[in-house]
Amino acid sequence: MFRKLPEAESDSVTVVVDGAAVRVPASFTAAAAVLFNGSIARTTPVSGSPRAPYCMMGVCFDCLMEIDGVPNRQGCLVPVAEGMRINPQRGARKAEP
Amino acid sequence: MSTHDAIVIGGGLVGGAIGYGLARGGLKVALLDEGDTAFRAARGNFGLVWVQSKGAGVPEYQCWSRLSSELWVDFAAELRDATGVDPMHERRGGLRICLSEQELEERCKMVEQIRLEQGAANFEYQVLGREELKQLIPAIGPEVAGATYTRYDGAVNPLPLLRALHAAILRYGGKYAPHARVTAIAAEPNEFTVEVGGTVYLAPRLVIAAGLGNKELAPFVGLDAPVRPVRGNIIATERVAPAIPLTQTIRQMPEGGLLLGDSYEEAGYDDFTALRPLRDIASRAVRAFPFLRDVNVVRTWAALRVMSPDGLPIYEQSRDFPGAFVATCHSGVTLAAAHALRYAPHVIEGKLPAELARFASARFHVQKAA
Repeated sequence: MFRKLPEAESDSVTVVVDGAAVRVPASFTAAAAVLFNGSIARTTPVSGSPRAPYCMMGVCFDCLMEIDGVPNRQGCLVPVAEGMRINPQRGARKAEP
Repeated sequence: MSTHDAIVIGGGLVGGAIGYGLARGGLKVALLDEGDTAFRAARGNFGLVWVQSKGAGVPEYQCWSRLSSELWVDFAAELRDATGVDPMHERRGGLRICLSEQELEERCKMVEQIRLEQGAANFEYQVLGREELKQLIPAIGPEVAGATYTRYDGAVNPLPLLRALHAAILRYGGKYAPHARVTAIAAEPNEFTVEVGGTVYLAPRLVIAAGLGNKELAPFVGLDAPVRPVRGNIIATERVAPAIPLTQTIRQMPEGGLLLGDSYEEAGYDDFTALRPLRDIASRAVRAFPFLRDVNVVRTWAALRVMSPDGLPIYEQSRDFPGAFVATCHSGVTLAAAHALRYAPHVIEGKLPAELARFASARFHVQKAA
């Protein structure tokens, strides 16, 4: 669904989105990587409905995802890094360790 | 001129509950609500239906709170059926977590005093020591000394509650007037004229339930409601999987978000959040449940409690102007069921009963001994 603008990109990194290795520009956020991969960010804690990143500016909280094992992170505020593991936030996170 | 059987000034939880009770009793009610510019305790509160800490030294207050907690079960079902709006009432009991032996000891003294004062009315509580509590909630922190528990405690979501009350009043043929700041009241026995901007409301009964506004409004009908604001701050966290049962200062909403609260600040009419109480709330919460350290905060807010000089409700009817009543308290959620199902019928009857006499404002007018 989403295509990258054809601009000059020097660096790129490989991240793992929901188990799949994806090559993305180093300037991407985790939310952009999820959109690029065509996967969901999360399922909601109340109804379980699937959600994609939406506002891309830290406001809507619809891009909550698990990044490198940390739950409920706002993917649109986290720049990608080599080897980053991005998983959907499925329902409510666990509060206790 | 808008003519009604009863005018209720105040569209918050107290006015809403009494207005609903009057409408349900067959009266044509007008509920006058100042609007979103008002200090709305109803929109900022924690939502507990709380009994275990109420009325040490004033058994009437404990009785009234416990009665309301019992009435809440049917009240919630009734509101849901009448409006389709669910106030999400739960009554599975509640805990007060104590963070030191001394705190637990003081707490035990208080609930035991309540038990003794209730006598045959049977107030039952449990004290959970640290080990017992740990079995119930393994995640308690090392400082937790124990907890007190009563089965009377519960909670609602106060926002749908307010919405349900307004909807129910409409459903029973009442009128809800928003942006209705009262500018003048003219009182005659059983005849009250209330002015709201250009509109005049007329009714033989008047209930003043305007929260902090009661202080100014009650004297219009010869009543006294010397209330003051007491600020509370609240922290809301992200939604998490079910983590803890209901406690007095930390609760988990049905959707998973945690509310942390229980600050008391004399801050006048300043209803903004403040760092110090928020810090204290967060610190106590993390000492009670260390896992909260890693849970994200998404919002904080503050609201103003409506507090009388002794913390008890004020219920009174006007001697000079029969038909006029005042009702004010800081537990608009806990007492909502009693206000709708008990207080309102007394207003319809035209007379408050002896068991509410303890809450008349005459208690503030005792001469001080030299």
